[in-house]
Amino acid sequence: MNDLQFLTWTRGPGLDIAVGIFLLGVLWRLIEIYTLGRKKDLAAPRHAAGASGLHTVFRRSLPPPGMLKRSPVSYIGGYIFHIGLAIIVFLGAPHILLIENLVGLSWPALPSQFIGLTAVVTMAAMVVMLADRINKPVKRFLSTFEDWFTWAVTFVPVLTGWMATQHLLLPYTQMLALHILSAEVLLVVLPFSKLFHGFTLFGSRWYNGRVNGHKGVPV
Amino acid sequence: MQGPLIDTLARRGVTRRTFLKYCATLASMMALPPTAGRAMAEAMAAARRPSVIWLPFQECTGCTESITRSHSPTIEGMIFDMISLDYQETLMAAAGHQAEEALHTAMKDNAGKYLLIVDGSIPLGQDGAYSCIGGRSNVDILKEAAAGAAAVIAVGSCASFGGIPKANPNPTGAVSVSDLVKDKPIVNIPGCPPIPVVMTGVLAHYLTFGSLPELDDKGRPKSFYGDTIHDRCYRRPFYDQGKFAKTFDDEGARQGWCLFELGCKGPVTHNACATVKWNGGTSWPVESGHGCLGCSEPDFWDGGSFYKALSAPADPLKFAAAAAVVGAGAGVAVSVANRVKKNTAKAMHETTTLADLEK
Repeated sequence: MNDLQFLTWTRGPGLDIAVGIFLLGVLWRLIEIYTLGRKKDLAAPRHAAGASGLHTVFRRSLPPPGMLKRSPVSYIGGYIFHIGLAIIVFLGAPHILLIENLVGLSWPALPSQFIGLTAVVTMAAMVVMLADRINKPVKRFLSTFEDWFTWAVTFVPVLTGWMATQHLLLPYTQMLALHILSAEVLLVVLPFSKLFHGFTLFGSRWYNGRVNGHKGVPV
Repeated sequence: MQGPLIDTLARRGVTRRTFLKYCATLASMMALPPTAGRAMAEAMAAARRPSVIWLPFQECTGCTESITRSHSPTIEGMIFDMISLDYQETLMAAAGHQAEEALHTAMKDNAGKYLLIVDGSIPLGQDGAYSCIGGRSNVDILKEAAAGAAAVIAVGSCASFGGIPKANPNPTGAVSVSDLVKDKPIVNIPGCPPIPVVMTGVLAHYLTFGSLPELDDKGRPKSFYGDTIHDRCYRRPFYDQGKFAKTFDDEGARQGWCLFELGCKGPVTHNACATVKWNGGTSWPVESGHGCLGCSEPDFWDGGSFYKALSAPADPLKFAAAAAVVGAGAGVAVSVANRVKKNTAKAMHETTTLADLEK
């Protein structure tokens, strides 16, 4: 298999398989989670200001008082790389084109130099967070294989995408194929790992906020 | 047409100055030092017609057309007058047994010294019967001719990589020259067709230095195939700005915006079209408004649609809908199982009374 055949495979059957597993996993898990149901809380609801599902969805995006000072790397690094990933995935021209081809939606792209810069900043934030995870004894103790694995699965597509556009290490064709392949690995892993928080995040926040809101506790 | 090239050119009205300019251009295009232009001029001017045998196999003659016509009449065309093109079916006057005799005479007289140029792929299916010349299969002819060659130049994507005959499902079992010839230096000059100056550049290099130019991992001269079309494209700034033509005749297309979304394969195609251009520097595919097809890359014909962007799926998704249905089904099944488990647990639940605890 030469490099163009490899690229064509990643753009063809590889993508087909990855998107298939992704859809299968996402639908399976979402349906499973949302049909679990909970018993009705028969206690009379208490009302308190700021206690609701919607409040919690937003409040959990901000660090609780004092936490920013205690673990600045987690919060600032976390913000940077999440926003960075969103910019790269949703505002990079080739990515928008892929989305348009898959679901028919399209919007304007950002210049490729800006996407390149965002990739560098995102990777820097991710590396700092990895170093922090290794350096802090508590974080290291709490980390399992899944944490290291999902970090790598998220990092490699950004790295290969950036290296492809910058023509580093390997010829563009091979690097592009590796980039697409790594993104496909990410698609396959996502529904079955903690990366699924991309789908469950707001639902679970709403749930927690709602349950506690019923008790009159703003969380 | 005997004697050194410079005399031949002089007879054709090409001045020494024009010839030197040509050599300097060629040297700079091949990324050789400035002095190489002069060395090239001297070597080529004095060169004594090396024997060249050109074998056409499964091909469309597009490569020959490209090299003999698109620049005609220019120095490139005349370079062919100074090599002794002893066998070229399209160009030679001889035919039939005469032609075969010319081939064998050239091979015998110049054994070990002639350059072998091949265009077209070689079919191996049905013992090579898909393409025969003078009752012999291409694979036989190639093996015999390659054995006595100083070097082999594979002209065009078919000879270099198998090209269109090798495209899926490859009915004739077509292969490239390098699939068959292992013991001779091979230069691949892919393209469908290749750029004339690349061809003459390689010949000039051989005549000047007695060696073949530096090649990349696919056997292509690095000086011409070192960069991608995308890297050298004059529309590149628009790619970087995120400005893309959406159709072939929209405002973006008229403004010369990037053709990436229309399927341009420039980013994965190594060739010199963007710098050398075609038809004597007149234009080239991207400048004329059409994306690059990637014709100088192996298996370009099977690389997905010419009109699909590189980041778009090469084929429509086949499993997605089925996978979604299976996923939803699995979700529902697991959810039913969970409900059953919950209800069973509920049914099994025994109420504990105070009396039970006091037992």
